[in-house]
Amino acid sequence: MSTRNINVKEVARAVEELFIEANTVLRQDVVSALKRLAEEEKNPKAKKMLEILVENSKIAEKKSMPLCQDTGLAVVFLNIGRDVVFTEGYINEAVDKGVLNAYEKGFLRKSIVKDPVLRGNTGTNTPAFMHIEIVPGNKVEIIVLPKGFGSENKSGLAMLNPTAGEDAIVDFCVEVVRKAGPDACPPYVLGVGIGGTAEVCGLLAKKALTRPIDSRNPQEHIARLEDEIEKKVKELEIGVMGLGGISTVMGVNIEIAPTHIAGLPVAVNLSCHALRSARTVI
Amino acid sequence: MKKIIAPLKDEIIAGLEAGEEVLLSGVIYTARDQAHLRMINLMEKGEALPVELAGQVIYYCGPTPPGPRAIGACGPTTSSRMDAFTPAVLEAGLKGIIGKGKRSDKVRESIKDHKAVYFLAPGGAGAYLSERVKACEVVAFEDLGAEAIHKLQVEDFPLIVGIDSSGRDMYKPGRE
Repeated sequence: MSTRNINVKEVARAVEELFIEANTVLRQDVVSALKRLAEEEKNPKAKKMLEILVENSKIAEKKSMPLCQDTGLAVVFLNIGRDVVFTEGYINEAVDKGVLNAYEKGFLRKSIVKDPVLRGNTGTNTPAFMHIEIVPGNKVEIIVLPKGFGSENKSGLAMLNPTAGEDAIVDFCVEVVRKAGPDACPPYVLGVGIGGTAEVCGLLAKKALTRPIDSRNPQEHIARLEDEIEKKVKELEIGVMGLGGISTVMGVNIEIAPTHIAGLPVAVNLSCHALRSARTVI
Repeated sequence: MKKIIAPLKDEIIAGLEAGEEVLLSGVIYTARDQAHLRMINLMEKGEALPVELAGQVIYYCGPTPPGPRAIGACGPTTSSRMDAFTPAVLEAGLKGIIGKGKRSDKVRESIKDHKAVYFLAPGGAGAYLSERVKACEVVAFEDLGAEAIHKLQVEDFPLIVGIDSSGRDMYKPGRE
């Protein structure tokens, strides 16, 4: 296949639009899940809070303002076709430019510090945290995920024994949510990565959050595991704001990778109910 | 639903019960991680705070830029990160705290000792809550940006009493 030129300015523009969209328009799969929970919840206090969350998504969209004050750390997945040639600049600089523009123009909060120890806000919400994959074709798929840190802080990693089995995977995921309790804004979505290495399963867990929460992993044994984890997490009955009831979890998405004979890495990337992402293809 | 006014009067605080829903109006101040750290450092050095805490309410919040509005999205951030600082600010006279999530045993005891109150605000509803904020101005630590101390004028801010002045905790039912 012949190569295709893509001006990086087009990528910057797309990244800018996607971050504003993700922060102001709640994903349809998430809105549907919240509405369903609000309808089905019997506890009046919890029901009212769920209704507030649905109302919040309407206000944010109507006023084009952020759903949540934590407009997140800018995670960007780039699936770059191997026949793409970027012109007029560098792809990583273009992504950062898009993030900066989005956070300026969209009145989004800039939450990134230069140094984890010394702190000090960068004032731009950059750098973006980019994950690049080279794929067949001549297109570029961009997926942005502004990630709030209230829930990121409650994420977890377990390097399980290879013989630990499915129950240990389920138990670990439930334990992550139990520890989070009401702190990280339930109803939660669990992005789960299984396999690979410590860093690979962490990335898979994050990527899993970009998949619609009403979908299931195409592999039957993994889809079953998703259902099992969701069922067990529901039994914690944490509920929205920790008020109890049915709204502890909205979805569990698992992604897997091959791994080593000696290990079974499992990572849970926890998301609050304001699970935000957006995608486009250039 | 009970409507209350901030700054909170002692007799109003005394009448609040864990789990109870209230609507709060009046003046509250935002402060989160870095603002707390700075206040604690000032207190340790015996220096004056930029905001008099006595009798006031602190809201754990770092709003988005206001843009064309009074304030941007302005929901609560996770309270437990402030647990280490909370007894000292209560000692300085703070009477109310608004945040989200659980508190440590030490914070619960301190709230009881100082006859203060901890409220829960709905997390992740920043756009909804912004409509309940009528005015916002930065009053201290401006260099901290979103983490600066903002003075907010709120109207019917929807809250749930998380820990009441007798130390009852909504997240620990059955506790004395």
